[in-house]
Amino acid sequence: MPSGLVVTGAELQFCCAGCRAVYEAINAHGLERYYRLQQGDPGKPSPASPTGRAYAELDDREFLDAHAPLIAPGLRCTELYLEGIHCSACVWLVEKLPRVAPGVIESRLDMRRALVKVIWEEDKSNLSSIARTLDSLGYTPHADRDSSSRARRQREDRNLLVRIAIAGAGAGNVMLLAFALYGGSFHGMEHEYSSLFRWMSMAIGLTVLLWPGSLFFRGAWAALRTRTAHLDLPIAIGLGAGTIAGTVNTLLDRGEIYFDSLTSLVFLLLVGRYIQRRLERRAADAVELLFSLTPSFARLREGHECREVPIEALKLEQIVEVRPGESFPADGDVFEGESSVDLSLLTGESRPVPTSAGEKIFAGAVNVDRMLLTRITALGKDTRVGKLLTLMEECAQRKAPIVRLADRMAGYFTIGAIALFVATLVGWHFVDPRRAVDNALSLLIVTCPCGLGLATPFAVAVALGRAARSSILVKGGDVLERLAASNRAGGTVFLDKTGTLTEPGLAVVQWHGDETIRDQVAALEAQVSHPIARAIAEVAARRTVEATQAVLSKSSPQGIAGQVEGKHFNIGSESFVLQGAPDDSSTSSSHPAGPDWAIAARRDMTSQCLTPVWVSVNGIVTAVIGVGSRLRDDATKTIQSLKEMGLKVQILSGDDPDTVASLGRQLGMASADCHGGLSPESKLRIVQAAATPAFMVGDGVNDAAALSAASVGIAVHGGAEASLAAADVYMGRPGVGVLVELLEGSRRTLRVIRRCLRVSLGYNLVAAALATTGVINPLIAAILMPLASFTVLGIALGSRTFPVTRSRS
Amino acid sequence: MSVIYILLPLAVILASVALWAFVRAVKAGQFDDLDTPAHRILHDDEEDTKRPPQ
Repeated sequence: MPSGLVVTGAELQFCCAGCRAVYEAINAHGLERYYRLQQGDPGKPSPASPTGRAYAELDDREFLDAHAPLIAPGLRCTELYLEGIHCSACVWLVEKLPRVAPGVIESRLDMRRALVKVIWEEDKSNLSSIARTLDSLGYTPHADRDSSSRARRQREDRNLLVRIAIAGAGAGNVMLLAFALYGGSFHGMEHEYSSLFRWMSMAIGLTVLLWPGSLFFRGAWAALRTRTAHLDLPIAIGLGAGTIAGTVNTLLDRGEIYFDSLTSLVFLLLVGRYIQRRLERRAADAVELLFSLTPSFARLREGHECREVPIEALKLEQIVEVRPGESFPADGDVFEGESSVDLSLLTGESRPVPTSAGEKIFAGAVNVDRMLLTRITALGKDTRVGKLLTLMEECAQRKAPIVRLADRMAGYFTIGAIALFVATLVGWHFVDPRRAVDNALSLLIVTCPCGLGLATPFAVAVALGRAARSSILVKGGDVLERLAASNRAGGTVFLDKTGTLTEPGLAVVQWHGDETIRDQVAALEAQVSHPIARAIAEVAARRTVEATQAVLSKSSPQGIAGQVEGKHFNIGSESFVLQGAPDDSSTSSSHPAGPDWAIAARRDMTSQCLTPVWVSVNGIVTAVIGVGSRLRDDATKTIQSLKEMGLKVQILSGDDPDTVASLGRQLGMASADCHGGLSPESKLRIVQAAATPAFMVGDGVNDAAALSAASVGIAVHGGAEASLAAADVYMGRPGVGVLVELLEGSRRTLRVIRRCLRVSLGYNLVAAALATTGVINPLIAAILMPLASFTVLGIALGSRTFPVTRSRS
Repeated sequence: MSVIYILLPLAVILASVALWAFVRAVKAGQFDDLDTPAHRILHDDEEDTKRPPQ
C-alpha cells in the first residue's frame, strides 16, 4: 500500500475503488475466505509489476525544457504515457497522485489515450520521482516525445468544433425564421415583417456560409486548381448558387431565399466530417503513443559510473551499457562482454546471433543474454535504422493518393449538374424567359449532393469505430477503399515471416522420445538465459520440479549439464550430449553415434529448419527436442481464406531461404511464392514491382520501407515502432486472422458507401426532374433535402461492417 | 407586433452569447477528452480530499 493512500482509522485499506468494489462483492457473497487463501500463498504478493527503474533521464535539463514547460514560476507541467490503464479505478488511482507523491499539484488522466497530465512544484519534487511513484503503482510511465503533431491535430479539432457551433447556431435560428416565413406564405403575413425575417435570414445565412462554409469553397478551389475531382466541388456549386440566388432574391424582395436549407446543409456536412476525423484521429493518436514505448533513454558509462541519459544527449565514441532485454540505442561496436543479440526486427532472422567484443551491433537490436558495453559509432539518422527510415519516408511521399469513390462520383455529378443547368436555362428561355434563371438556379440548389457528402464520412466513421473496438486501428477512410479495391482487381498479399506468420521468439515445436522428463529439463534450463534454453524452460507441463531442486554443474554455448532429483542430465547439441565434452569442437565428428530413432528425428528436424537439442539422462539419450519458430495458430487458415478471397499470397522474409521454404510447405504454398534471405531494399523492390493493389503485412524495421510503398501497409501486433509509422493499419490483436477480418470489413464498408450513394443519387434525380420541369416548390425542396440526408445517415449508422469482438489485449 | 423588432435582435444576441460560451469551452479544452469524465463522476468525493494529508 502506498502510504499516501492509507485512510487513517479504517481497518481495511484499498489501493483503488476497483479493489474495494471487488472486496465488497466478494464479501457480500460470503466469500471472504478468498483473501485468507490469497494471503496464505506467498507466491503472489505483488499485483502490480513495477519495473523498478530510476527514470533519471527524465530529470535532464534539456528534456525538461523541451517537454515539460514552466507554466508558472516553479511549476512544471508534462504529459506521460502510462502502460496498463484499464478502467475507471485506474483513473481514480492515478488522479490520487498528489496524495502519494509529494510536490505534485495536479494529475489528470485522459483514459482513452492513457495520457496523464502532471503539474508539480519544481523545488519539492522532480519528474523521476513522480515516474517512480507511478511505476510502483503498476503503471509504467513513458515520456511523451512527439506531442507537437498531436497538439496540431488538437488545434484543428477545436477549430472544426467552433465552425460546427457557428453553423449549428446559425442553422437553428434561420430555421425558426423559415418556419415563420412558411407559415406566412400559407396564411398571409404583413410584408413589413416578412421582409424583416428575410433580411435577418440573409444576415445569419451569409455569416454561416462565409465563415464555417468557407471550408467547402476553399476545398473546391483547391480541386479546381489541381484539376482533380473532389466532393467539395459540387457542394460548393450548390452552396454558391444558393447563396447568390438567396441574396439577390432578398435584395430584390422576391422569390425564395434558401438560407434555411443551406445553413443546415453546412452544419450537417461539418458534423459528418468531424465524426470521421475524430475516429481517424483516434487511430493516429493510439499508434503515435505506441512510439513512446520505445526506450528513450540510454545507460551512459563514464568510468565505472553509469547514469541514465536521454538518447538525444548521446555522442559518438561514448560507451553505453545495454542490459539483457533492452534494445541498443545506437549503432556501435561491442566493447566488452559476450551475449547474443536478437536482430529479428531488423533483419527478420529468427535466431539470436552470438556477439562478442569487437563485433558490430545495430540500433534497434535487442540484447538477449548478458550485459554488453558498446562504443557508439553512429547515431540517429546515420544508423542503419535511421537510413531505413529515410528510405521509408521517401516511399511514403511518392505514394500516389487514390481518387476516392465519393470524389469520383462527385466528378461525374458536377458535369451532370452543370449540363442540366445549361439545358434548363436554354429550355426555359424558349418557354418562359422570366423563369429561366430562377428554375436553373433552383435546380443547382436541390441537386446539391448533401447525401453524397454525408454518406462517405458517416459510413467510414462507423466502420472505423467498429474496427477500433475490435482492436484494428485504421488510419483513414481511403485505406478502407484501397483494401476493398482487392475485391475486383485481385491483388497480392505479401506476408513477412518472423513475427507475422510465426510467433515472435523461439519455442519448442517437436519433442521426440521420453516426455516424462519435461519438468526436469525445464527446471534445469530455467537457470540459463539463452533463448533456446528459455524456450525449453516454458514447456514444463506441471511444475512439479522446483527450479531450486536443479543443480547446474556446467553451462556453455553448446549446452548445459546438471543434477535433478539425483539424475545427471546433459542437454545441448548432438556432440555436447554424446561426447560429454563440449570444449573441443574440432573432434565433434568422432563422437559415438546416437540411437537410430534420435538420428532420424534429428534429420527430420534439420529438414524443417528446427534446431535439435539432445537430452541424455545418466549418459543415455532419451529425448531430442526441436526448437524453432512456431507458426501462429491461425496462419494456415488465414492463407486459405485469403486465397479464397481471390488474392495471391507471397512470403517475404529476411530469414534463411531454406527455413522460409519449409515454412511455406507447411502452409501449403508453392516454393516460388516464398522468398527468403531478402534485404529491406529487395523487399521494397518486390512490393514496388508487384501489380496494384499490393498489401504488405509485417512487423519489423526491415519491412518498414515495403510497408510504406505498398497500397496498404499493415503492421501486426507487437511490431517495431518504425513499422507502425509506415503502416496504414495496425492490428492490435495477436495473430494474422485479423487480416481476413480487415479485408472483409473494408469490402462491406465499401458496399455500404455504394448503397448510400445510390440512395442519395436517387433523391437527387427526383429533385432534378422536379426542378427542370419547374414544379418544384420550396416546401417540397425543404422536405426532400433533409429526408435524403436522414435516409443516408440511417443506412450508414445501421451498417455492420466490422464484427465487434471486444477483445482488448 | 412591432415588439418583434426588439425580440428578434434579442434572440440573435442570446444565441451569440451561447455561442461565445461554447467557443470558450472548446478553447479551454473541455471537448478534448470526452471519455474520462464519464468515469470520473463515479468516484465519490472523500472528506479528506479537502484537508491536507497528514
